[in-house]
Amino acid sequence: MRPSPGWSSECTVSISSGKTPAWLCAGPARRERGRRTAGAAIAGLCCALLGPLAAAQPIVIGSKTFTESYVLAEIMAQLLEAEGHEVERRFGFGGTRVVFEALRAGEVDIYPEYSGTITQAILTSGAEFGTEEFTAELESFGLEPLATLGFNNTYALAVTGDTAERLGLTTVSDLADHPELRFGVSHEFHDRTDGWPGVSTEYGLPQTTVGIEHGLAYRAMLEGALDVTDAYSTDGDLARFDFVVLEDDRNFFPSYFALPLVRRALAPEVKEILNRLADSLSDAAMRELNAEVSIERRTFGDVAGQFLRERSFVAAGQDERRANSLAANLLDNTIVHLKLTGIAVAAACVLGVGLALAVHRSRPLSRAVLYVTGLLQTIPSIALLALMIPLVGIGQVPAIIALFLYSLLPIVRNTITALLTIDPLLKRVAAGMGMTQSEQLRHVHLPLALPHLLAGLRIAAVVSIGTATLAAFIGAGGLGEPIVTGLALNDTALILQGAIPAAGLALATELVFELLERRLVPGHMMTSRLPA
Amino acid sequence: MHEIIEFLDVSKRFGDVAVFEHLDLAIGTGRVTALVGASGSGKSTLLQMINGVLVPDDGRVEVFGDPVPDAHHSAFRRRIGYAVQGTGLFPHLRIDANIGLLGKLERWSALELDGRIDELMTLMDLDPELRNRYPHELSGGQQQRVGICRAMLLRPEILLLDEPFSGVDPLTRDEIHERFGELMRVEPATVVLVTHDMHEAVRLASELVVLEAGRVLQAGGVNEVVEQPANAAVARLVERVHGVH
Repeated sequence: MRPSPGWSSECTVSISSGKTPAWLCAGPARRERGRRTAGAAIAGLCCALLGPLAAAQPIVIGSKTFTESYVLAEIMAQLLEAEGHEVERRFGFGGTRVVFEALRAGEVDIYPEYSGTITQAILTSGAEFGTEEFTAELESFGLEPLATLGFNNTYALAVTGDTAERLGLTTVSDLADHPELRFGVSHEFHDRTDGWPGVSTEYGLPQTTVGIEHGLAYRAMLEGALDVTDAYSTDGDLARFDFVVLEDDRNFFPSYFALPLVRRALAPEVKEILNRLADSLSDAAMRELNAEVSIERRTFGDVAGQFLRERSFVAAGQDERRANSLAANLLDNTIVHLKLTGIAVAAACVLGVGLALAVHRSRPLSRAVLYVTGLLQTIPSIALLALMIPLVGIGQVPAIIALFLYSLLPIVRNTITALLTIDPLLKRVAAGMGMTQSEQLRHVHLPLALPHLLAGLRIAAVVSIGTATLAAFIGAGGLGEPIVTGLALNDTALILQGAIPAAGLALATELVFELLERRLVPGHMMTSRLPA
Repeated sequence: MHEIIEFLDVSKRFGDVAVFEHLDLAIGTGRVTALVGASGSGKSTLLQMINGVLVPDDGRVEVFGDPVPDAHHSAFRRRIGYAVQGTGLFPHLRIDANIGLLGKLERWSALELDGRIDELMTLMDLDPELRNRYPHELSGGQQQRVGICRAMLLRPEILLLDEPFSGVDPLTRDEIHERFGELMRVEPATVVLVTHDMHEAVRLASELVVLEAGRVLQAGGVNEVVEQPANAAVARLVERVHGVH
């Protein structure tokens, strides 16, 4: 599987100019640079705050959010560990664009990529895989492809066994005779030139298609809500669900040879170790490993370890990677989650309340601030996270910035509204009896605005806890990590490992704010007290 | 000799509407002066120009022998008590905190503040048990007494009352009037009272200023105005009082 949101074929990379790729197709280069400068400033600030995060220098291995990518990343990680290297796993990046940008930015050293994806979705010169031009283009990004692992995980179109039998479908060409079929494909496939736009033209397919998260597409097929989706030739789930892969009878789909894509600066001995994996996996072997995970429900670590021992890449007796216990994972993820939302909401509180206090006396300024913070709210969260990447890279910093931006609206709006709706008589009395501006603010205006201010904070905190689960797509970790992995694996139990604690956190936050309100606000002014 | 409050050629407009034009008025030191007139006559505007909540467009208002300051009013305003219609009590503060707020800001000791709050509440006949209540838990009449206590906390030289006794039943109002009279005997101040109620004016004040549409129809001692109304409009206002007498 190679699905993921966030990559658009229109967002192509120009390397002929030798400049930074314009990941965001939205604006002219000038704006891009401005954003980068601003982004760098914010990043610098945040890095200063989060400085102690990066102490040692382990080799960072990334993956995308599907089984095969996790398994391959884990194989590389364990092999390097067996050779005595320290490895940091940052798996589950939300799409080619995200993980590639992370690699380019040096936040990740290695991740498993496919030849077809590189030629079709990353490079724009049309260089063939394996040519000097291909290598040179990657070199211009500071990257290097290592030896291919052997198998070719190409795109395919799949239907359920029932559909295939009922309509007599065996090839992609057959689909053209059935315009009533409902197509739902992964977002990346939907937009890539080597995906839906290309295949529908090549085969003259009359159907339209919708973009859908890959794990959900399989579910939808089983429920009968979809007829055709994109699949991958080494997908372990194809057998599990009795799906039929339609033959690419016009040989449209390019080859997708898996390989470790690495930073050129990586130590030569590390590259040498990874090159030992060359040609070690056939299509069938890879499909089997994928099935071990998605059908047998074994962990990536288990499957990868077994593969390495069976193929004698590591000694049989060598200790297996310690799998983190459920409780430890849960605790780690929860702590990261709390950190992401805590820092973001606290910063939004300071800036939001400050901003509200600064502008609330001027109606036009208040309106402008509300419009801008409202506008931020309309950016879909995954898009905002993606927009952050060219500015501040990946990981916790962009996640915190995005959550901070989302938290501003409820806090600013509630504070401004609360300040504006204070009874003018009370304001007049406070001024008339001889209180200074700051005394009025501290003893009258803020206490009167406090119930609504707290309500805004509460909304911001609860919404942030929900939104922060998406931060896993850009490598920020947190409770979104098991959710993202679970989605990739179609594993409900894993999804719940993230979703239940996140819901618990949201409830706990509600409770904390209720207690806070009880302490700070007189009973008759509490906003959370519902009418009987 | 200068009076404690003087309006010197004061004009005040709201937008295009002139409320006052070239107004001259002096308010006597140590007396209770009632500004009376129908709503819209400008009496509340006049009051708010005394503590600088409203600023005249032309002319000037002098208080304590000096022009009302344009900025940094707080020290000036703390010499002037201020109580308003609907009491203006702060809903988030208990009764003692409402009354004692300015004392807290003046950094009075807790003991001194407590004593002063007790003293005022006793003078206004407020049950000490009310100290820990919130304003909304009190009756309208009780809230008005608290408003007076708060305005008197710092023993101001001037007390501005903007219809503070409106909206309660006549019996309660009479009681509050009595208590207020008692308070003024114990802690005398120059009082400017805005009211549309002629009974109240006659009962509490020694001086009357009768206003209509931003003009002073008549100003003088209560007896003088009642006995010798300057014109028909004043006479009509006064008649209402006579009718009851």
